[in-house]
Amino acid sequence: MAKTKEAEGFTPTGVVYQSTELPEPTSKSHKDLNLSKDDLLGLYRVMYRQRRFEERAMQMYQKGKFGGFLHLYMGQEAVSTGAVTVLNDDDDIITAYRDHGFGLVRGVSSKVGMAELYGKATGCSRGKGGSMHFFNTDEHYWGGHAIVGAHIPLGAGIAFANAYREEKRVTMCFLGDGAVDQGSFHETLNLAKLWNLPVIFVVENNGYAMGTATKRHTSTEIFKRARAYDMKNKVVNGMDLFSVIEDFREVVDEVREDPQPYLLEVRTYRYRGHSMSDPANYRTDDEMKEFQDIDPIERLKTYISRHKIANKDKIQEITDDIEQEILDAIDYAENSDFPPEEDLYKDVYVEDDFPFLT
Amino acid sequence: MAELQFREAIRAALNEEMRRDDTVFIMGEEVSEYNGAYKVTQGMLDEFGGRRVIDTPISELGFGGIGVGAAMNGLRPVVEYMTFNFAVVGMDQIINNAAKIRYMSGGQVSMPIVFRGPNASAGQLSATHSVAYESLYAHFPGLKVIYPSQPADAKGLLKSAIRDDNPVIFLESEQMYGMKQEVPEDEYTIPIGKAKVKREGSDVTIVAHGKMYHVATKAADQLAKDGVEAEIIDPRTIKPYDIETVIESIKKTNRCVIVDESHPFGGIAAEVGFQIQRDAFDYLDAPVRRVTLPDVPAPFAKSLFDKWFPSPKQVIDAANAVMYRN
Repeated sequence: MAKTKEAEGFTPTGVVYQSTELPEPTSKSHKDLNLSKDDLLGLYRVMYRQRRFEERAMQMYQKGKFGGFLHLYMGQEAVSTGAVTVLNDDDDIITAYRDHGFGLVRGVSSKVGMAELYGKATGCSRGKGGSMHFFNTDEHYWGGHAIVGAHIPLGAGIAFANAYREEKRVTMCFLGDGAVDQGSFHETLNLAKLWNLPVIFVVENNGYAMGTATKRHTSTEIFKRARAYDMKNKVVNGMDLFSVIEDFREVVDEVREDPQPYLLEVRTYRYRGHSMSDPANYRTDDEMKEFQDIDPIERLKTYISRHKIANKDKIQEITDDIEQEILDAIDYAENSDFPPEEDLYKDVYVEDDFPFLT
Repeated sequence: MAELQFREAIRAALNEEMRRDDTVFIMGEEVSEYNGAYKVTQGMLDEFGGRRVIDTPISELGFGGIGVGAAMNGLRPVVEYMTFNFAVVGMDQIINNAAKIRYMSGGQVSMPIVFRGPNASAGQLSATHSVAYESLYAHFPGLKVIYPSQPADAKGLLKSAIRDDNPVIFLESEQMYGMKQEVPEDEYTIPIGKAKVKREGSDVTIVAHGKMYHVATKAADQLAKDGVEAEIIDPRTIKPYDIETVIESIKKTNRCVIVDESHPFGGIAAEVGFQIQRDAFDYLDAPVRRVTLPDVPAPFAKSLFDKWFPSPKQVIDAANAVMYRN
């Protein structure tokens, strides 16, 4: 049944909340943002990789190739992509459990990411973390965290260490709109402001905390929470890559020069349910269509064509490349070994001879 | 050798480690300008400055988690809780983040952090301020748990804890901070996970950690007057637990009493008792006895509190019971 606002019994109350209102996208061109033609093609590749990785992961999950939870990021890729576009390589990123995209933009290859979903020893967390715990600390990607809100103080702590060593690294701590209702969010915002930590809290407001619309779970607009802590804040259009790049760059530059925390509310949308078991009955087809019509990847593709940055063949070539890369990643994951039995006791403690109870 | 109070021994360990390693810092409520709620950190602000001796708001979840994040990113935080009773509001940061991130990341993250502060009862403070948390923290893989009973052990073990690349829970006691003992002046550390035989005896083994060690010594003194020589083992570390030293003693005495300030259900005594029956069954001449808190919260009224808190008499009674003396 098509879901429309009018459909009787669609929600128990009959009321359907609109997810988010997007701010106007930037009118700046790629040149205004100092992006070259090659940069744009690279960005398209990076965004499409995240999308196709998850589309294929979803298929493999549905085929029963691996278990656990699978929270898909589809629709939100402009956020992860914009972040790494403006951050230095040694700036730090930490996020919640919708983390595949951030892994893929921070050095986790499609192969190694897919292997982690499969729980293989070749995965980015050696099969110990699964979908919700992608890590690549060599490239300053600190995970993948599965308790809502619990990683927010970790982001501030990572920034604390950078400030303690007087390093000019900036930390971006991503969280979902559902996490702003946790005490950890408020305690961390208070401490981060008190100590002027160089951390940017980026709330990816995708309209729903699992199945609860933002307006049903949080008492004010999210960016306003910053005001209570005298923290600078901004609302960002997360469906438009150029807008994300423009706003993130401005904020990252400011925080690097003048260490202080910042709260960004990035309004975006997830196309799939909260997890694979969620049919998303709490929202309408119309709303989904509204956001898919402004899909960030299609939007970039259209920009590339319209500005004659590359012809259709070139775009198709990238698309085909990624398609093959993801298929190879599935092969790699399927052909990799599961962790050996002795890995059960590995990496609980640093030492290998901890006397575990038996 | 210098005679130091327990709090001074802990302070000495902190000072030495902070002088040795700039990545070590301490944060917590009232640790800096107030000079420590229990004066453990007295004078440290003067020596190390506000960058490394950091006052926090009353925000255990927040600063506990910031400590964990700082440890992930290369520092060696010492997070002081005014008491572990207050750590409960931020416990997720300890049991989910500090304890598990290394495992979940496939070994990519080190977690060199110490959470320390007083534990368990400190007199008539009623129910929420009187909980012994060692069995709870010891339950979680990834954590190490230390609960020393004397200043010299505390100093050597805290230095080891700060140097350890794993998260360590270091438990103290408000009621022990003033206790004095000769502490070596030369640099030393004590390995984590090693028990110590603190009183030799051939008749009964008494195992007691933390504040209960002092209850056990009072009992042993009285027992000696009655002609019973108790051997007292202080495990010092709760996790990993040095069960071998306990078993060796039982092979000699054939009898054992465990004194534990936890509630009985799932407490340290329950676990140690299980291990003894498994590994030393053939050496036991009597079932193992334990002295614990009763299975009720801490009462306020003095009359009830005195009944609630483990006493030397209960230890003596238990020792007599395992020796079939009445």
